[in-house]
Amino acid sequence: MPTTEQLLSMYERMLLIRRMEERLSADYAAGKLPGAVHLYIGQEAVAVGVCAQLTDRDWITSTHRGHGHFLAKGGDPKAMMAEIWGKRTGICRGMGGSMHVADLSKGILGANGIVAGGIAIATGAAFGARLDGDGRVAVAFFGDGAANQGVFMETLNVSTLWGLPVVFLCEYNHFCEFTPSETVTAGQISDRARAFGMPCAVVDGNDVVEVWRAAGEAVERARGGGGPSFIEAKTYRIQGHLEAEAVILDGKYREEAEIEEWRRRDPIDRLREHLSAAGACDDDGFAEIESRVSGAVEEAAAFAAEGEPADPELAFDLMFVGQRP
Amino acid sequence: MARRRYIQAINDALLEEMDRDPKVILFGEDVELAIFGDTRGLLDRFGRDRIRNTPICEATLTGMAVGAAAAGYRVVLHMMFSNFVYTGFDAIANQMAKLRLMTGGQLNLPITVLAGYGAGRSTGAQHSDTPYPLLMNLGGVNVLTPSTPADAKGLLKQAIRGENPSFFLEASGRGAESGEVPDEDYTVPFGQAAVLREGRDVTVVAIGHMVKPVLGVADELAERGVGVEVIDPRTLVPLDEESILRSVERTGRLVVVDEARDRCGAASHIAAVVADRAFPALKAPVKRVSVPNVAMPYAPSAESRVLPDADGVSKAVLGLVAP
Ligand SMILES: Cc1ncc(C[n+]2csc(CCOP(=O)(O)OP(=O)(O)O)c2C)c(N)n1
Repeated sequence: MPTTEQLLSMYERMLLIRRMEERLSADYAAGKLPGAVHLYIGQEAVAVGVCAQLTDRDWITSTHRGHGHFLAKGGDPKAMMAEIWGKRTGICRGMGGSMHVADLSKGILGANGIVAGGIAIATGAAFGARLDGDGRVAVAFFGDGAANQGVFMETLNVSTLWGLPVVFLCEYNHFCEFTPSETVTAGQISDRARAFGMPCAVVDGNDVVEVWRAAGEAVERARGGGGPSFIEAKTYRIQGHLEAEAVILDGKYREEAEIEEWRRRDPIDRLREHLSAAGACDDDGFAEIESRVSGAVEEAAAFAAEGEPADPELAFDLMFVGQRP
Repeated sequence: MARRRYIQAINDALLEEMDRDPKVILFGEDVELAIFGDTRGLLDRFGRDRIRNTPICEATLTGMAVGAAAAGYRVVLHMMFSNFVYTGFDAIANQMAKLRLMTGGQLNLPITVLAGYGAGRSTGAQHSDTPYPLLMNLGGVNVLTPSTPADAKGLLKQAIRGENPSFFLEASGRGAESGEVPDEDYTVPFGQAAVLREGRDVTVVAIGHMVKPVLGVADELAERGVGVEVIDPRTLVPLDEESILRSVERTGRLVVVDEARDRCGAASHIAAVVADRAFPALKAPVKRVSVPNVAMPYAPSAESRVLPDADGVSKAVLGLVAP
């Protein structure tokens, strides 16, 4: 069981992700963001529960829905916000955008616009860690949709054979864009990993403690040379696939009642109830956390708004090291 | 004639061709709800045997397109954004483009691959590529780049009725543009460029998205006494070399406006053809207006720096006539 201090810290991180994304949603609606954003609202417990088991030296790879992973792994909210605004103060200097936020100093190998694109990258990082033998671990976050790409099965195979310190973290959030997952996914995804002889866990992804515990076991196994593990976290994408969807779709693909039901299982509310019941935090305490978080969000938003637009010439400098394109 | 948006014209073509031939089937990720709008209404009309959502697995989808075509179907594969063509590239490059030759002509592959392409909306480097140079280089696939609703409909029908693999690249971001579309059933043949505007001084070949801004430049320059002839090749494979050469023979000057990266692009290919076959007619070097050899940056400030625009085209044209 995590300590009270750890629980409070996870609570604050989950709340930060939520409030940052609520802000992004509003900014998108107000036409302030140049590109599309895919929000992680409802899935915060997964990124936070896992990353609480990692250090800055460990790696993660993320997805198009990557803000939560970035912030959970210790990425700077200001630099993330500025990136999404297309500013030169952004974490990728405005070159990447929402779908590509990365911070190598924190082991964040990047969000990714290619579904399943991060899985092999994490496996390769784990290969490096294995060669170094220094106990580093790589976690690949990916969606249930990504688990249908061949590269998933291919990395399960190679990582098992080579005993790589990688954790495959599948977030089963019930949709692939607007397609219900069960209509495109045969069997249980965890059985795919099991077929390679890999240790597997299926957890309630809206319960941060459960995620934290399963991730702890997998990370410890990887650090100790015990090879890869697979975790499937069952969760739900409360927000749409992307913020523009109300405009581009003319049909419905899910029922309001279903969304409501998952709102009742909100991972942040659940942790808050748990903390209250355990007497670990009272209303004043929660108000204090809320105000710290909203301060951080305000600061990030102001930082993003103030930044200069990205340098138009920068792309030419960045394509190669020491070489013009 | 009826006014249709670009995306509606594609939708009309799909509906009509699926109606016309029960062997036409369509699959791809999220085609049932139609993210781009081009597959709207198909599920209700034709049912899941003929149009269905697939898992996310492009490497398999492109291979399946080959197999289903071999089994006697006319396959329409929707790949959403052109960058996902890369994820499915193996079967495109190693199977789709080569099987006809390798089987000694035993196999026809009536496959139409749809994908939106192009930048300009801050979609970032993995959702904005213009992959036609790569496809042109394969040899065994046709490459279609319609710029108007009428051409979109006619070329798509031609592709679906044809016997060869064709990539139909949708001008995605600007798919909302509308234009006149003939009422009757028609197709647009491959390899026939459209001369969209006549002019005596400079020939400008514009591809896909680039056609509209180039027409604007031509209007503007006409007022300044510079006659610009605008040619839309409409299909890059096969390429209507004759129409381009005929125009350059008269104007003696050529600018090619291409939204792909410059190196080994469509523009360089067209420039090479003209240098080879119309060299004596040239009064000036052939100019390419294209994208520098960089990945597409996200921020609008940086993206607009590398995308061809009216100003760049205008400068290139004037650079040829001024000295
Ligand atoms: C290779 C590739 N194919 C298709 C897409 C388009 N696309 C973006 S997100 C998505 C669904 C992904 O579902 P999942 O992996 O479950 O992640 P989720 O969006 O549910 O978080 C698709 C098909 C893409 N970005 N990359």
